Amino acid sequence: MDALPYTTTVRPDTGLTSPKLGIWLFLASEVMLFGSLFSAYVLLRSGAPVWPDQSATLSVPLATLNTVILISSSVTMVLAWAGAASGRLSRYRLFMGLTLLGGALFLVVKWIEYSDKFSHGLYPSTNNFLALYFTMTGLHAIHVIAGMVVNAYLIGPGARMWTKDHLRFTNRVEIAGIYWHFVDVVWIFLFPVLYLL
Amino acid sequence: MFLRHLFSTDHKVIGLLYGFTSLFFLLVGFALVVIMRWQLAYPGRTAWIAPEMYNGLGALHGTIMVFLGVVPLAVGAFGNYLVPLQIGAPDMSFPRINLASYWFYAAGGVIMLASFFAPGGAPMSGWTSYPPLADFAPSGQTFWLLGMLCLIFSSLLGALNFITTIVQLRAPGLTWFRLPFFVWAQFITAFLLLLAFPALQAAAVLQGMDRLAGTSFFLPSGLVVSGERVEVAGDGSVLLWQHLFWFLGHPEVYVLVLPAMGIIAEVITTNIRKPLWGYRLMVYSLFVLGFLSFIVWAHHMFLTGMGTTISAFFQATTMIISIPSVVILSALILALYGGSIRFNTPMLFALAFMPMFGLGGLTGLPLGLAATDIPLHDTNYVVGHFHYLVAPGTIFALFAGIYHWFPKITGRHMNETLGKIHFAGSLVAMNLIFFPMLLQGLAGVNRRLWDGGAAYQFAEPVLFMNTMMSHAAFLLGAFQIFFVVNLFMSITRGRAATTNPWEATTMEWATPTPPLAHGNFEEAPRAYRSPYEYSVPGMSADFVPQHVADHMATESRSHGA
Repeated sequence: MDALPYTTTVRPDTGLTSPKLGIWLFLASEVMLFGSLFSAYVLLRSGAPVWPDQSATLSVPLATLNTVILISSSVTMVLAWAGAASGRLSRYRLFMGLTLLGGALFLVVKWIEYSDKFSHGLYPSTNNFLALYFTMTGLHAIHVIAGMVVNAYLIGPGARMWTKDHLRFTNRVEIAGIYWHFVDVVWIFLFPVLYLL
Repeated sequence: MFLRHLFSTDHKVIGLLYGFTSLFFLLVGFALVVIMRWQLAYPGRTAWIAPEMYNGLGALHGTIMVFLGVVPLAVGAFGNYLVPLQIGAPDMSFPRINLASYWFYAAGGVIMLASFFAPGGAPMSGWTSYPPLADFAPSGQTFWLLGMLCLIFSSLLGALNFITTIVQLRAPGLTWFRLPFFVWAQFITAFLLLLAFPALQAAAVLQGMDRLAGTSFFLPSGLVVSGERVEVAGDGSVLLWQHLFWFLGHPEVYVLVLPAMGIIAEVITTNIRKPLWGYRLMVYSLFVLGFLSFIVWAHHMFLTGMGTTISAFFQATTMIISIPSVVILSALILALYGGSIRFNTPMLFALAFMPMFGLGGLTGLPLGLAATDIPLHDTNYVVGHFHYLVAPGTIFALFAGIYHWFPKITGRHMNETLGKIHFAGSLVAMNLIFFPMLLQGLAGVNRRLWDGGAAYQFAEPVLFMNTMMSHAAFLLGAFQIFFVVNLFMSITRGRAATTNPWEATTMEWATPTPPLAHGNFEEAPRAYRSPYEYSVPGMSADFVPQHVADHMATESRSHGA
């Protein structure tokens, strides 16, 4: 397959490469997905006669830790891209590895939180707050896993493109990064809404 | 050879895969409704059509027709095949994502069909899957949710691909206001798919949690089912589902309509030998339609008691959204004035589209106002209304498109005589089916009755129509045989076509026939003019294609003089 125009070069009159436009459109759709769930949260909470004390039910310290982990992994993602853009393979590998580690740590903390809830008999069926908590963080965790799959591909078999088509490879890392930042941003909304408010 | 096509990343092959798959699903959806109509004409005569079975047929008829038939044909097939050609592009921006989109669609289709064999039978909560019924329905409903998630993901991949392709891969010189109207229609449609569908995705996840994890997103407290109190946490909201569903559902209506309008605009301009009347106004109307379609959804919910203030808002937006629709339809009708009309098969379908679609639109007005919607809600009137929009509306447009672009795809014409029989028969049969629905609905007959209303005394004066409507439906099926035979026979035996048999101006006709497997065009085209330069004064031919340079057009002028 011949490469289509504007895969790596910017189209002058639109100022965009196609993959970058594509990922932003994808994220627009994702905004509507999570937006719908946040709307469901608002509608259910405003209609509920009683609502549990969120910060007493969930662990704010663990969530704060997870926030720090996820934001740090966004920083390492940018550094990985910078490493790729400047052609330093070892730096790219280091920071992409750290990004993957961040994602894994986030999931481990999430796992601890979930199993703690289950061991206290708190399930999605317990009440609507917990139902929303498990659904929204669960869907977010699926997004984290999807991002990790992409990142693992880019550090593993996908890295063969490093020498073959370096510019395109760097762009791929950038696109994966944009997605990763989005996953981060969703968490930054989830954290106050589910843990603090 | 065949397998290679199933995994090709060429937009034309994917478009044809979409085309044949969606035509198959249209046939399946139609077969389901034929069984339903048999039941309505002769209630109780066929033992295996039990009420649960009837509900399943109804739910899957709606789901299959909308999500597996019409939209994939209008967007997946026509959009995929034609958009890159009309903008002079070698392919879609993301060919592999395009292929993935098809396979998610196919998977969604298989899951939907498999739901018939699920324990407890097919999903039976209607195509809208309203809870709390849907929360307690047998496992077929879970199949429905899973199938829907696949279809939504498929349309997301398709939509972002369409938008990127139209923004990034337009040929040099093809500025925004030189785009064919069909491309504009697909562009706005893609935004609707991209931004509206996720609401149903979220809703499907929530309903899945209700069904599988025992949550009560859509279950209020103290719910009693079959005399027993349901043991759930409660405090859920059935309205939440309706809001999320119709936030998708209404833009979805325009997903069904806009590509049809795009096809009609192309077919009409070609066959009247005149530019499109009010091109810019029509494009602006598309934008207004697209935007407003996101803020009319609650007109499906007037009966939920959501309050007069909210009703007033949605009534107002609903009345306003009729304006751009009327602008587009009027512009298409006005375009006919003074044209020299060719009455070939695609044009006949296009000409019938306009009054039929108009009837569908006008019968929608009483449904958009709460006072008149309350007696009409959930009656056969609603069914008649939206079938006028989708069947002799959108599906006629799709037929017009198939007859119109068939020569480009295969290099052969479809048979005109068979086409005209197909057209005339379909037009008569469809009106015999759908017009009585309006009358039955006005008489108050509910749309979901297994016996067609026989149990209700007030339905008696209009009950005799059921048999006639059903026979018309069987007749409609019979006339589709002419189409199927014509379609397959013409692929090999049709009259040979030139590269531009209709003498059309848009760029898909600048390709060889069929377009080249890689890159479509022999050399990358360039656009020099607006899309519909028909009958330009002083030119020798009555059409000047978009890709023909000015000096070439002038040469032909001097040659002609």
